[in-house]
Amino acid sequence: MKYTKEHEWLRVEGDLVVVGITEHAATQLGDVVFVELPETETQVAEGDEVCVIESVKAASDILAPIDGEVVAVNAKLVDNPGLVNEDPTGAAWFFKLKVDDLSVLDQFMDEDEYQDLIG
Amino acid sequence: MADLEEQELVHLGLEPLHEQLGGKMVPFAGYRMPVQYPDGVMKEHLHTRSAAGLFDVSHMGQVILRPKAGMDDLKLAFEALMPVDVLGLAEGRQRYGLFTNDQGGILDDLMFTNRGDHLYVVVNAACKAADIAHMTRGMPGVSVEPVTDRALLALQGPGAEAALEAVVPGVAAMRFMDHRVIGDVWVSRSGYTGEDGFEVSVPQAQAEGFARKLLAQPGVAPIGLGARDSLRLEAGLCLYGHDIDTTTSPVEANLTWAIQKARRAGGAREGGFPGASRILKELAEGPERLRVGLRPEGRAPMREGVELFAEDGTPVGKVTSGGFGPSVNAPIAMGYVARAHATLGTQLLGEVRGKRLPVTVTEMPFQPTTYKR
Repeated sequence: MKYTKEHEWLRVEGDLVVVGITEHAATQLGDVVFVELPETETQVAEGDEVCVIESVKAASDILAPIDGEVVAVNAKLVDNPGLVNEDPTGAAWFFKLKVDDLSVLDQFMDEDEYQDLIG
Repeated sequence: MADLEEQELVHLGLEPLHEQLGGKMVPFAGYRMPVQYPDGVMKEHLHTRSAAGLFDVSHMGQVILRPKAGMDDLKLAFEALMPVDVLGLAEGRQRYGLFTNDQGGILDDLMFTNRGDHLYVVVNAACKAADIAHMTRGMPGVSVEPVTDRALLALQGPGAEAALEAVVPGVAAMRFMDHRVIGDVWVSRSGYTGEDGFEVSVPQAQAEGFARKLLAQPGVAPIGLGARDSLRLEAGLCLYGHDIDTTTSPVEANLTWAIQKARRAGGAREGGFPGASRILKELAEGPERLRVGLRPEGRAPMREGVELFAEDGTPVGKVTSGGFGPSVNAPIAMGYVARAHATLGTQLLGEVRGKRLPVTVTEMPFQPTTYKR
């Protein structure tokens, strides 16, 4: 698993990159009550706002960590936004990106580096 | 800079208790206050509605008003600052009030209590200094005495009565908006959640012990300001600085229930408060805009600042408070809309992230209140 400084996790699954938010981010957000997902088959560029998460406290965006094509979204989050708090690094993935070259992930933090960031 | 701001924040007496309970302390109106505990806003909110929640609201301003020339003189002087019947409030009873300005806007909202030979007033933290100056200036025949050595706690929810009765025997007999002085504590049966409950003023030296005794009662949990906000929103209650301010009149704010007959046209003490001409005119003719409840159709919350439009695209108003209501399990909001669009059931559109989403003008409160009348 790789981590961004925006508190997203990235996991490789075959030739796809699965994206979610870290437990730290979920805790900071508080109880999530609304999730808006991107359309599938859309091209996104690094830094694009692709998802909206609303917690009891505030609205925040999930940014595309890398360029790619959204090939799948986790529709379960729309019906059950609380999943983001229950299982942020497992069942509550947000979207899957198809990328040209998986080596773009090398630039991101590993677990230890991320723990240092939030520690 | 952040350090400077940190230093300027006022630390209140119960902060060590909050920190021990895992409270997340944040700046609020110049004070360091717990916004939530480890349970989080949602659970804390639901806990208050199903059991009992203990809130530290010591940042709020407690003030004693003493007459220099008799209680009637004090009551009439206080009436000169508010469109509210003070003279008619019985001893041992509390009432909601509003300071208005000459334009009929609201300077602050407050609770006041008749305690026989003086009045006890609770005002908002952010307005405290201005209110004290306003009262001192506006009531020369009155001694305005800020209470600085007492904490203020709120115990709210269906379990509040039993929990407080165990610590302060006698409170179970009180009704909504009753006030009693019991030993060293001042108890009001009121609150800011829509639930039955109490607000209790306690001498600072006893406050932590008192709070711990309440927390030891079955069903009592500490609740932060986050849940306090979602609870009051579900109850349809205004937050000063958001839903009401110097630009909104009490009539626009749909707070006409707080203006008793005695102060209205034809009443025994008609007018005679700041902004009376506008407020009496709006009472007679209706205001140009009105604070209403709003129910977004989808799941997306409509928060403060969301612009509202009629179905034909005409701008009609703005959301002043909004979020997710944990007990109604849906997004809820309140805001001001032009009177022609304020009728219950009117369909409007609220603009969220560039998209105009359907929202319906709805009755408030969103959650039925459970006051013990």
